Amino acid sequence: MVELTLPKESRINSQGRVFPAPEGAKKPRTFRIYRFDPDSGENPRVDSYTIDMAACGPMVLDALIKIKNEVDPTLSFRRSCREGICGSCAMNIDGVNTLACTRACEDIGKADVKIYPLPHMPVVKDLIPDLTQFYAQYAAVKPWLISRTPAPPDRERLQSKEDQEKIDRPSACILCACCSTSCPSYWWNSDRYLGPAALLAAYRWIIDSRDEATGERLDELEDPFKLYRCHTIMNCTEACPKDLNPARAIASIKRMIAERQH
Amino acid sequence: MTRRPLSPHLSIYRFMYTMSLSILHRITGLALSCGLILLVAWLVAASRGAESYEHFRQWAQGSLQLQLLLALWLLALLFHLANGIRHLLWDADIGFERPQARRSAKLVVAFVAVAGTALLWFVFFGGRS
Repeated sequence: MVELTLPKESRINSQGRVFPAPEGAKKPRTFRIYRFDPDSGENPRVDSYTIDMAACGPMVLDALIKIKNEVDPTLSFRRSCREGICGSCAMNIDGVNTLACTRACEDIGKADVKIYPLPHMPVVKDLIPDLTQFYAQYAAVKPWLISRTPAPPDRERLQSKEDQEKIDRPSACILCACCSTSCPSYWWNSDRYLGPAALLAAYRWIIDSRDEATGERLDELEDPFKLYRCHTIMNCTEACPKDLNPARAIASIKRMIAERQH
Repeated sequence: MTRRPLSPHLSIYRFMYTMSLSILHRITGLALSCGLILLVAWLVAASRGAESYEHFRQWAQGSLQLQLLLALWLLALLFHLANGIRHLLWDADIGFERPQARRSAKLVVAFVAVAGTALLWFVFFGGRS
């Protein structure tokens, strides 16, 4: 359902804390960060931290780690690989979903860096969204090889180089959820619309030359909500930090469904 | 279960060309559907003879608000047409890569600006030589 405003208890209250720049900071920069403490019983707020970029790494994740280590240890966020391969540090930075570890502070211009959790998600704490439903949607597309013919006894199931290239890009998805949570359709219908990430995964198995459940997979998706809530808005493709193209994958699935009806 | 607030969405997401063109496509589509009522009224007037048509024409041309609405409908038609073609091309898997989608968005806006100005000029000033 389209609800343009946040529920009452989710609205940001105006009393955010301010942490000023340390004395003698050479390159002060302010980060305005969404905070929610589940134990306080208070509404979320936005705290602002001014840190010295002259003594900080280049990426937004470096700044977050510096803030957590040196200014405010209560700040919570997920991170792991710090090189864009794990997808843990997905968040909304400067108005767009991306990975904190691959987004350079310098590229954000001169304004304060605004950081929010992934949009329209239940917040566990600070920048940590609850991804339970997102993972369930991924599992719902059966992201594994389904085959009926027995595997060759002496070797792997082979595929041609061309067939491999087809799944090469969609396989690179790291399930960071940047795409799904950038999609207005997903915001309004995440209970029934699978979202770009799950559909990209579905596409990856539909076009896999070794998979033998193509028909069943398409049957499963042929649904006004699961698939057709996609209106090719393209926010997903714009947001993807791995430069993948969920919008194009979804359009391909729609076309495959249309083509088999003739 | 513990309380989990909903993270902000529309209010914090950068209003990019992607979502702005998409919502405009819907708004213009809706506006054009409403405009059909007037188009039908015009056809009905014509079908009922010269006198009734003349009556309709005088009413339509005499109303400044209606003229303004017509101008907006014209722009809506141009936008919906151009962006609709963009969607049709996407359905045929053309122009889906990020740079192409950005370029086609600019093209749509440019088309509306140029064709809109030309058509509005012709409709409202060109006919009376």
